[in-house]
Amino acid sequence: MESKLQLDQLNVHFGASHAVKGVSLDFPANTVTAIIGPSGCGKSTVLRSINRMHDLVPGARVTGKILLDDEDVYGKKVDPVAVRRRIGMVFQKANPFPAMSIYDNVISGYKLNGRVNKGEMDVIVESSLKRVALWDEVKDRLKSSAMALSGGQQQRLCIARTVAVQPEVILMDEPCSALDPIATLKIEELIAELKEQYTVVIVTHNMQQAARVSDCTAFLYLGELIEFDVTKKIFTNPAKSQTEDYITGRFG
Amino acid sequence: MSEPVSLIDTRVVKGDLLFKWIIFSLAAAVLLILLVMVVAMVRESLPSIRQFGAKFIVGREWDAVKGDFGALDFLYGSVISSVLALLLATPLSVGAALFITEIAPRRVGEIIAPIIELLAAIPSVIYGLWGVLVMAPWLQQSIQPWLIEHLGFLPFFQGAPYGVSMLAAVFILMIMVIPIITSITKEVLMAVPVSQKEAAYALGATRWEMFRMALIPYARSGVLGAVILGLGRAIGETMAVTMVIGNTPQISLSLLAPGYTMPSVIANEFAETTSKLHSSALMEIGLILLVVTLIINALARLLIWSVTRGDTGARA
Repeated sequence: MESKLQLDQLNVHFGASHAVKGVSLDFPANTVTAIIGPSGCGKSTVLRSINRMHDLVPGARVTGKILLDDEDVYGKKVDPVAVRRRIGMVFQKANPFPAMSIYDNVISGYKLNGRVNKGEMDVIVESSLKRVALWDEVKDRLKSSAMALSGGQQQRLCIARTVAVQPEVILMDEPCSALDPIATLKIEELIAELKEQYTVVIVTHNMQQAARVSDCTAFLYLGELIEFDVTKKIFTNPAKSQTEDYITGRFG
Repeated sequence: MSEPVSLIDTRVVKGDLLFKWIIFSLAAAVLLILLVMVVAMVRESLPSIRQFGAKFIVGREWDAVKGDFGALDFLYGSVISSVLALLLATPLSVGAALFITEIAPRRVGEIIAPIIELLAAIPSVIYGLWGVLVMAPWLQQSIQPWLIEHLGFLPFFQGAPYGVSMLAAVFILMIMVIPIITSITKEVLMAVPVSQKEAAYALGATRWEMFRMALIPYARSGVLGAVILGLGRAIGETMAVTMVIGNTPQISLSLLAPGYTMPSVIANEFAETTSKLHSSALMEIGLILLVVTLIINALARLLIWSVTRGDTGARA
């Protein structure tokens, strides 16, 4: 399968601590790849390297290559803003803009493109909300505050906001960890649909979730990549004993 | 086996109770002082309130000899000087706060912030002294002639350059409220959750776009609170304004003309009141000032509180 995104010897340091140690991974296009591992194993750190979120953290240092369509995201002349437009991100806790309406939240990222007309925005808002199966629930109150939505709806709104920018890759950092099981199920169904159009990378500490939604799974432990394979293989017949110990719940 | 100890130790309970009442009465005393002050001011203002009624607020006559008192000129002076000072100070302060919290390296911000806050600790008489000895002559010699020459067609910049003027009061007040607005805005900006900033950045926002999308809307009401708190400070400021505004009761559109404010007239006239009615009229101005500043402060605290306790933040 053609790879959309490649990590090549990724290392991340925060001051003196070495959080990610020489991780190399290939994310095939139009698939869902899960990154699993115990807390503190560096899985979120890997995810945040991909769209250069560490640029915002003083003291963080990223080395190695991250290739998006064979172009290094950390290349000398690369603008992190342009990277983030092509690689969207959904966070652990839904973070809609509280001062904006549902409509304005969805369109907020798209508007950064510059001058956009009302008709165009209407189309984007509707298609993005439909994409995340939120349209029917909110179409009559697009102008009301995003804060009036439930937690699960807010998270889907955030996904709609990310989708509206029309990225190629969507990174998800434990997107369901603050949600109840029903809301979680909806997001998982959504992830399966998103991969038709996007390459999805999801960090999760819920192994059942990784097994349910992903095509490939990477297991990280103490900042190192232990094993990377198709999800089915990882969960039924892992090559490494550490992986087996983790997925069977012997530690983590 | 020893005797079972009673769970009720009367000595400790009594001690706690006494302590509680001491603390309570100390706290109550503070409120009591405020109450006594308001009651005294109302009582002292009564002759003036009875005599002039609403005319006190809309009247422009201030004649101690004839015993005719209307406070409109002072109200006008207070409102105009404070509001203009805030219009100038707000962008400067918000800019400074954004620089300290978001742009400057942490070390630099940690040095600049206390220096700005130190400005608030300078006694206002020193601002006044500097204003009247340094700033006013400078205004008279360079700024005001320039304004008259280039913007003199506007009613705001007409007349002769006196130095001491409404403009001087506006500048002095602007300098005096900048530290307050800056330090509170800084607190409010720091209370904005990182998740909000990340949301904007992850959508591909530049730093400026992040300010506009995430930071400013979230902090909006708190910044407004900071500005209103600055207004409360500006409207009550006495010494520095009295020294530079020229103390002439008049309503002039021109900022180059001298004016007069409510605190200034109280400070200038209380020692030489000519009649019971005169001191009562001054007391009524004081009462108006007190009520206005109390309302302003309450409103400001409410707005700031709504941001810093995270009320507008994301609820799961």
